[in-house]
Amino acid sequence: MALINLSKKEIHCKIVYYGPGRCGKTTNLLYIYNAMNNQARSKMLTIETKGERTLFFDLLPLNLGKINGFNIRIQLYTVPGQIIYKATRKLVLKGVDGMVFVADSLKVRQGKNMESLQDLHDNLLDYNLNTEEIPIILQFNKRDLVPTPIPTLTKEELEIDLNSQLNTKVFEAAAIKGIGVFETLKEISKRTIQYVARKHLSTNH
Amino acid sequence: MADLILTQSVLDKTKTEIENALIKAGVNTVLLIDEAGNVVTACKHKTCTLDTTSLAALAAANFGVTAQIAKLIGEDDFSLLFHKGKKDSIHFARINNDLILVTIFGENVSLGLVRLRVAELAKTIEKAFAQIY
Repeated sequence: MALINLSKKEIHCKIVYYGPGRCGKTTNLLYIYNAMNNQARSKMLTIETKGERTLFFDLLPLNLGKINGFNIRIQLYTVPGQIIYKATRKLVLKGVDGMVFVADSLKVRQGKNMESLQDLHDNLLDYNLNTEEIPIILQFNKRDLVPTPIPTLTKEELEIDLNSQLNTKVFEAAAIKGIGVFETLKEISKRTIQYVARKHLSTNH
Repeated sequence: MADLILTQSVLDKTKTEIENALIKAGVNTVLLIDEAGNVVTACKHKTCTLDTTSLAALAAANFGVTAQIAKLIGEDDFSLLFHKGKKDSIHFARINNDLILVTIFGENVSLGLVRLRVAELAKTIEKAFAQIY
């Protein structure tokens, strides 16, 4: 849920990066954090756990400037990807305004991608939401591995697996190198703000 | 979960009520947050340099997690949480379905006083926000 503060003229939106375990959700946030200047970003919050996996969530608050006199503040969240952390993912999804589904291009993760997307649909349904209403875009990550001998999925295969139902915009990325990261962020920010604005700012508040 | 649109009058009223009930009683910081982890309003002493954004996100998550624990033992929810520190302690209380009041206080304020004031304040805030839902 967006929070619109008419007193401070601020709009707060929540964007969640979703996807299977080890697909690069936190890597996306880390790249954004390192590439942005201090004025636009706040402290990145990572809940300390042992190992590389996100066990709860990561949070990166960003200032995206002004639209119609309103300061746009966006909070980027990641979820833990591993399938067993379903309850935690559902908690993080509470109040979501926009989503990025990060898919893993590795061939061995083909099943995990589809499993995670189904899990997203199920969790949204529990909040009476669906991907037709909430803005969502797809990011095919780890595309830098395509020319290497590691077996990867083609863009067409990923499209068939994940985008046949969503029918949304797709970005190819290599989050570790920053390729496609800002393109993804720009598009989802735009769609999320349009979604919130469409709901509220045309009325007389 | 509907979007929350805060008007000047509701925010001003809430802030005044928080100042009178808690800040004047010696409490360091009071945050009113929503369940998505957004700061609705923050009242604190001028010297306090707390990262309210992170605190709000973690507090909302903390509340969500304990609600799951509650369900495991057959409860719907724990309506208040309290963590005791060496110098400062933190008290969380649910206001309504969306809002959580977070109070941070030192040794100079007793838990009993905080609980009493928060219970009264919760009703006032709930009433004030009822008009914007």
